[in-house]
Amino acid sequence: MAKEIIAILLSALLTENFVMVKFYGICPFLGVSKKTDTAIGMGMAVTFVMGIASLFTYLANTYLLVPFGLEYLQTILFILIIAGLVQLVEMFVKKSIPPLYNALGIYLPLITTNCAVLSSALLNVQNNYNLLYSVLFGVFAGLGFTLAIVLMAGIREYIDEKAIPESFRGFPIALLTAGLMAIGFMGFSGFSI
Amino acid sequence: MTGIILAVSVVGGTGLLFGILLAAASFVFEVDTDERAEKILEALPGANCGACGYAGCSAYAEAIVKDGAPVNCCSVGKAPVAQRLSEIMGVDAGEVVEMVARVACGGDCNSAVYKYEYEGVRECTAEVRLGGGAKECPSGCLGLGSCTRACRFGAISIKNGVAVVDEEKCTACGQCLKICPKGIIHFVPKEFNQWVVCQNPENGKTVNQYCKAGCIGCGICEKNCPFDAIHVEDNYAVIDYSKCRNCGLCAKKCPRHAIYLREK
Repeated sequence: MAKEIIAILLSALLTENFVMVKFYGICPFLGVSKKTDTAIGMGMAVTFVMGIASLFTYLANTYLLVPFGLEYLQTILFILIIAGLVQLVEMFVKKSIPPLYNALGIYLPLITTNCAVLSSALLNVQNNYNLLYSVLFGVFAGLGFTLAIVLMAGIREYIDEKAIPESFRGFPIALLTAGLMAIGFMGFSGFSI
Repeated sequence: MTGIILAVSVVGGTGLLFGILLAAASFVFEVDTDERAEKILEALPGANCGACGYAGCSAYAEAIVKDGAPVNCCSVGKAPVAQRLSEIMGVDAGEVVEMVARVACGGDCNSAVYKYEYEGVRECTAEVRLGGGAKECPSGCLGLGSCTRACRFGAISIKNGVAVVDEEKCTACGQCLKICPKGIIHFVPKEFNQWVVCQNPENGKTVNQYCKAGCIGCGICEKNCPFDAIHVEDNYAVIDYSKCRNCGLCAKKCPRHAIYLREK
């Protein structure tokens, strides 16, 4: 079992990184990667939401969709569950754990309907993970996202003060950076455990 | 047919469940908001500049209500806003010292000597990384206007290679102080008319070699000040505004014209 968990960890973090290899969650990846602080906040929020979403979508799939033979409703039901769940969690955190709300608050609603979160739920089903593996996969995939966005934010902070040609400033250089990072992550793709 | 009903009831039921849960949660987890905080937020200028020391206007409003923060911190709204806030909170406004940002460099294109020609990004924060900037003087204004762009009130302009603050527009929000890589912009109480436009810490001979407008630490101002309010420290003159009486003698006597006198 330990071997399986390590395999899930490494694939979610490196070989199958959500942003760099699978191109999920590009929008927050580009939008919130200007500063390292906010990038860490966003990464943590995504990790948190993915973990919770994996848990509840697994339950919904196993005990609601499969017994009734309604697997084709996965996408719409998962979106519903994730969006509702995040709203609930947000209210709970705001009331009970204000420091955590201040750290994650503004990012939580932004990622409720993000494709990275939805795809982590759908991939759990595709890969036939059990409950434990589903939750772990969700959390690890979130960590993979965090890794990518924090690296990106670091590079962008550095680039910002360099004398780059004017036509490359801002978005073009960010996309080029993301492309070069993706090539870097391709280097992991040969490994398999 | 049953398939359709089943699908509708599963998705609809889940939606209904979440709807009820959310409605219930909004009652259970309701966070009390103080209505005074909303009033304060309305009274504040909404510039979100952070000059008060809090993250933004809403954070400051919250700090006033919850932690009893002083009501006279807003340097953008100055006395009128402090007055409004004190009315809302029912406390004394206290005195508001009006501050203004001033640039401590008079080394314009005619006075300063350059060590190389800079052709990089037009941003002081970038230029300073190349050997501290193109000017020979280590504390000279680079004049590329990082502060101009940081100012949300359009109060700073670059005149002849040196940043100049329009004191009518300056709200003392402190954004320029933060961004200036040379650290030569300072807050000065607005009522005082004179300020030293150099803070080069090197000896007079060295300063003289690369800036005609730099303070050489001769001490003439010190000798002429009737109130003991100006002193040469680290080879440049510094005015102690707690003693200054606004006579402007130091500015008139300075042989280098390194003390500016604001025209009244």
